[in-house]
Amino acid sequence: MSGHSTYEPKTGIERWLDVRLPIIRFGVDLLDFPTPKNLNYWWTFGGILAFCLVTQIVTGVVLAMHYVPNADMAFNSVEHIMRDVNYGWLVRGIHANGASMFFLAVYIHMFRGIYYGSFKAPREVLWILGMIIYLLMMATAFMGYVLPWGQMSFWGATVITNIIGSLPVIGPAITTWLWGGFAVDNPTLNRFFSLHYLLPFVIAGVVGLHIWALHVPGNNNPTGVNVKSKEDTVPFHPYYTVKDGFAVAVFVLLFASFVFFNPDGLGHPANFTPANPLVTPNPIVPEWYFLPFYAILRAIPDKLGGVIAMFGSIGLLFVLPWIDTAKTRSMRYRPAARLFFFFFVVTCLVLGYCGGHEPAAHPFPGGAVGTFLDADLNSFVWLSRIFVVYYFVYFLVITPVLGLIETPLPTPESISSPVLPQGAAASPEKKG
Amino acid sequence: MATTNPHEDPNRRDFIHIAAAAAAVGGVAAVAWPLVDQMNPAGDTLALASIEFDLTKVALGQQVIVKWRSKPVFVRHRTPKEIAEANDVKLSDLRDPQTDAERVKPGKAEWLILIGVCTHLGCVPNFGQGPYGGWLCPCHGSIYDTSGRIRAGPAPLNLYIPDYTFLSDTKVKIG
Repeated sequence: MSGHSTYEPKTGIERWLDVRLPIIRFGVDLLDFPTPKNLNYWWTFGGILAFCLVTQIVTGVVLAMHYVPNADMAFNSVEHIMRDVNYGWLVRGIHANGASMFFLAVYIHMFRGIYYGSFKAPREVLWILGMIIYLLMMATAFMGYVLPWGQMSFWGATVITNIIGSLPVIGPAITTWLWGGFAVDNPTLNRFFSLHYLLPFVIAGVVGLHIWALHVPGNNNPTGVNVKSKEDTVPFHPYYTVKDGFAVAVFVLLFASFVFFNPDGLGHPANFTPANPLVTPNPIVPEWYFLPFYAILRAIPDKLGGVIAMFGSIGLLFVLPWIDTAKTRSMRYRPAARLFFFFFVVTCLVLGYCGGHEPAAHPFPGGAVGTFLDADLNSFVWLSRIFVVYYFVYFLVITPVLGLIETPLPTPESISSPVLPQGAAASPEKKG
Repeated sequence: MATTNPHEDPNRRDFIHIAAAAAAVGGVAAVAWPLVDQMNPAGDTLALASIEFDLTKVALGQQVIVKWRSKPVFVRHRTPKEIAEANDVKLSDLRDPQTDAERVKPGKAEWLILIGVCTHLGCVPNFGQGPYGGWLCPCHGSIYDTSGRIRAGPAPLNLYIPDYTFLSDTKVKIG
């Protein structure tokens, strides 16, 4: 933590506690944490994500009181929650849509980190902890989606566990071990429930480390310029508790609009059919937040190659602090980088769009235009391939090379200086 | 009896450290293994080894799906035309080269018995779809021919053949 503790115990009992367990000091220091005064609304997603995690844990604990993790009863117990349990429809609606809201917020949070260079030194460990949280979130969401034991649950579980089976030599043994049998079945459902209950608490632990790692260098900010003096910061409370609180309120509006007006809008109709191990629904698609990776998996015409590309696309994010060579943190002062970044965001969205369609379907009107290599050029598989290439080029070529050759715009001397009139000193404390 | 100062006898002290650490690592591994292995298939799951199936249920040209070890098994009663199609394919055209004869029992070419799990990512391919007269996987578009061999799409291998034996002309034991 930068700066000294400002807490002074006022009462006798506080002084007594402070030398035994300084927990009040800990809380006061968190609230007093000096935070850059120029944080914009993109910085509120950390608070929004904390809200999402708490929401998922609270609703999840409630659902576990009514859910039965057994292949014969799971589907019916979910219907029981939806129809019979008091407010069960509400709690499950929040939990199921909460997963989508959680991913929406985490993607914005990650794009913000990339745009403003929040992963750059000295925040590499902070970034990697965030990526670990993201991986844990994906595992948790995947196992949670299996629990209702509908057709999409079952076949999603089958496809994802088979992905691991494509590893050479050890793959099939690992798959059997994960399944606890020769296919996805009751043992699989049981252990997924156990782990789905466990992992959110692991996430909470890593979030603690993430916040710890945040409080060592302190927040990055939209200029990417380091905090130079006390004048560049404000205490977290009340300034950012209120700003985050307002953002959470707006976010809850969106959240509630799904829960109350479109509770199944992000789900899939096939999951209203109980799991049937003998019939695969057509088509099977993952939840929207996995679609870009699904598109990458399908774009490669080789099983193991597709799996490597998919994991590689996430792995690259882990090493981003070392492949980005730029000295300037924030893309606010890197016009060329900004352009490539926006195209990268578009790439992720297009890949998501491709992941939701049949590979052979035509994305553009006009039908088939002619086969190139293994598929028609006007197909989602070729559209995916073009954008998969950009995804990897962005990280492996553009990010390292552009950092070396781009001349950034001049960065402000300090966080305070851009808001001051031309020529004025960056020392607002002298202005009274 | 010699009174040795342990500080002057580094070898003996090192030995105790290494032995203690090795015992601790061995102990942790011995405890960890049951915690890992409990996730492997349980005894009753492994015990579901074989099933018997009455082939008269499958009309000529049709397919019946039976469940074996939680997996779908395709039992196909092939027409002479389908068998001929499977035999007419050049091995060099195949991704996972296998003759049709290697995939059926001798003299029983009309019966094709396959594990109905796509070798790509485990979905169940649909019978009677795709340009090769066999199966089309709804998940990622793998296409199999009348012998269950992979012909197009992302799957790397032919559909697997389970272990099975003919108990009589109309009865087969799978597993």
